[in-house]
Amino acid sequence: MSMNKQGRPTTPAPARSSGTAGDRNNGGGDVAPETFSGNRGLSLEEPLLFEVGNLNSCGVDLPQPLDCAPRLGTLARETPIGLPGLSEPETMRHYVRLSQKNYSIDGGLYPLGSCTMKHNPRLNEKMARLPGFADVHPLQPQKTVQGALELIETLGGWLTEITGMAAVAMSPKAGAHGELCGMMAIKAAHLAKLKRSGTAGGAIANNSAAAAAAVAAAPKTVLVPESAHGTNPATAALIGYKVKTIPADADGTVRVDAVRAAIDDDTAAIMLTNPNTCGLFERDIVEIAKAIHDAGAYFYCDGANLNAIMGKAKPGDLGVDAMHINLHKTFSTPHGGGGPGAGPVVLSEALAPYAPVPFIVRDGGGFRLVEEASGAHEYGTGHDTPQQNAADPFGRLTAFHGQMGMFVRALSYMMSHGGDGLQQASEDAVLNANYVRAGLRDLFSQPFGDKPCMHEVLFDDSFLAGTGVTTLDFAKAMIDEGYHPMTMYFPLVVHGAMLVEPTESESKHALDEFIASLRALAIAAKAGDVDRFTSAPKFAPRKRLDETRAARSPRLRWQEDASS
Amino acid sequence: MATVYYTTDHEYVSVDGDVAAIGITEHAQEALGDIVFVEVPETGKSFAKGDDAAVVESVKAASDVFAPVAGEVVEVNGDLADNPSLVNEDAQGKAWFFKLKLSNKTELDGLMDADAYAKFVEESA
Repeated sequence: MSMNKQGRPTTPAPARSSGTAGDRNNGGGDVAPETFSGNRGLSLEEPLLFEVGNLNSCGVDLPQPLDCAPRLGTLARETPIGLPGLSEPETMRHYVRLSQKNYSIDGGLYPLGSCTMKHNPRLNEKMARLPGFADVHPLQPQKTVQGALELIETLGGWLTEITGMAAVAMSPKAGAHGELCGMMAIKAAHLAKLKRSGTAGGAIANNSAAAAAAVAAAPKTVLVPESAHGTNPATAALIGYKVKTIPADADGTVRVDAVRAAIDDDTAAIMLTNPNTCGLFERDIVEIAKAIHDAGAYFYCDGANLNAIMGKAKPGDLGVDAMHINLHKTFSTPHGGGGPGAGPVVLSEALAPYAPVPFIVRDGGGFRLVEEASGAHEYGTGHDTPQQNAADPFGRLTAFHGQMGMFVRALSYMMSHGGDGLQQASEDAVLNANYVRAGLRDLFSQPFGDKPCMHEVLFDDSFLAGTGVTTLDFAKAMIDEGYHPMTMYFPLVVHGAMLVEPTESESKHALDEFIASLRALAIAAKAGDVDRFTSAPKFAPRKRLDETRAARSPRLRWQEDASS
Repeated sequence: MATVYYTTDHEYVSVDGDVAAIGITEHAQEALGDIVFVEVPETGKSFAKGDDAAVVESVKAASDVFAPVAGEVVEVNGDLADNPSLVNEDAQGKAWFFKLKLSNKTELDGLMDADAYAKFVEESA
């Protein structure tokens, strides 16, 4: 038997006083002791790249350039370039350390409401890395990328099937870009309608006077409920529409009467989210669509919350004319830093002709990217889709055809789930949100009464009234508990909103732990343990940030003197 | 002596002759929290009643400031760009946003006086 004879303790010494290393994990002390390095065990301090690297050195050895006369002339740089020189291991460590400070869906439950932070299946990644998909170039001859085109066409087919729509534009790069695409199609449809009606015999007038008259006569107002995502009014304003706000009813939904009251001759469209940002299904949606169509306007549906209704309700059946689909939400492709977003837009038969180029058509036995379709009826009638029958695209949104890597991942998700699996994903997402709701309803406050929600559950801050704890404080305390906070202060229609979206990814066990943490926090707040909240986060790499100072006097660029 | 009117959107209109200084109320600045950005309109711009006239942004939210009455902008408060915190310090004094030359003084009749506004704030709380 080997003996420990070297005086090396094999168990930790008992904690002597508050403030010893063990306390931090045991919750005994507020502040962990300082170390000489500033690091705390595996929690490493990481300076900026400019502070790691030396501005005067180079991190790699390069051969001396050949002795030749420079030909830059007066264009040659005379001052140092001012970039830090880092070696490969230094660079690697910098980014790995930063990534370790980050909270991610791979690391824990991410209940950010309205964002659908679901698990990104590894199968998706495997498929996206297949060389035939990963290495394609957008300018390759089309005959060499038939498989990639087929994948895009197949994905588009799934999207139109799931949503019950006639056509799809695959190129928009994210949700707000998709909104722009859909609203531009709506604008183009209004103009085309006016141009047609402005000439005898219904022929299309391309002369500039008719076009200008159509622009002047086109409706200029878009209706947006007050609970909308901020991108909705922003998108409408970006392409020149005036926004008219529709108030929500006391139950948090938009009623058809409010829409009817807002409609007039100048109404071009409505932008509605369903389920809405309060996590509630808009029950009047079919009547709202009818009222909008009766007024000659179009119905844009914000598809951010598709995860709640996928396989249960088809937006096409509800009267929707255009809807973007966040592949990075509902179809499990990575958000943000994990990869670019993708926001394909599905369009009704009425809007299909105005879809932007490029789009894919079946051509003989293969597939073809249509890059140009100037003017209507280039393809004549008798084709498979309305997009082809009367193509009159409003233009082009992006250089190429969309986010190929995301297309592969989204289709992997769809095909690995199948139709029934997608339906169950929605059911589980709604079930999980209601499980959280049921687990918290006695301690938290629901702004629109104690009734079932869709895929996300909304609380307000009235349960914190009189405690001295705000929604922000509560969210910060969740960081100490090891959770990414929920969406807070949105939607704006609810005071101190907390919007929790667990998604279908979470197990009952994970939800139970989450609920237990939130219950403990609510009880602590009500018991007057204010400091736990107002000084949180205590265990994050950085403590409570001064948001006001950060916004009022941001330092956006590294400066040599500022770091020394 | 200026007469001050209030809107249900929490703007105030401080009328002196046919010029009115417009800003956000004490109650509004308190609700918004620390103000970090203010955008005022350009001098010479004309507004109809209800037009978006200025933007105020706090750590919590960005909000539009509407023209409570119609008129032409005759002066703007340049201090707010560099020092948006002035709104928190003196919303209804030094932190006026812009001044309008009123084009229709009868529009003032539809606004609230201080007592009515105080009551409005209390009721909507």
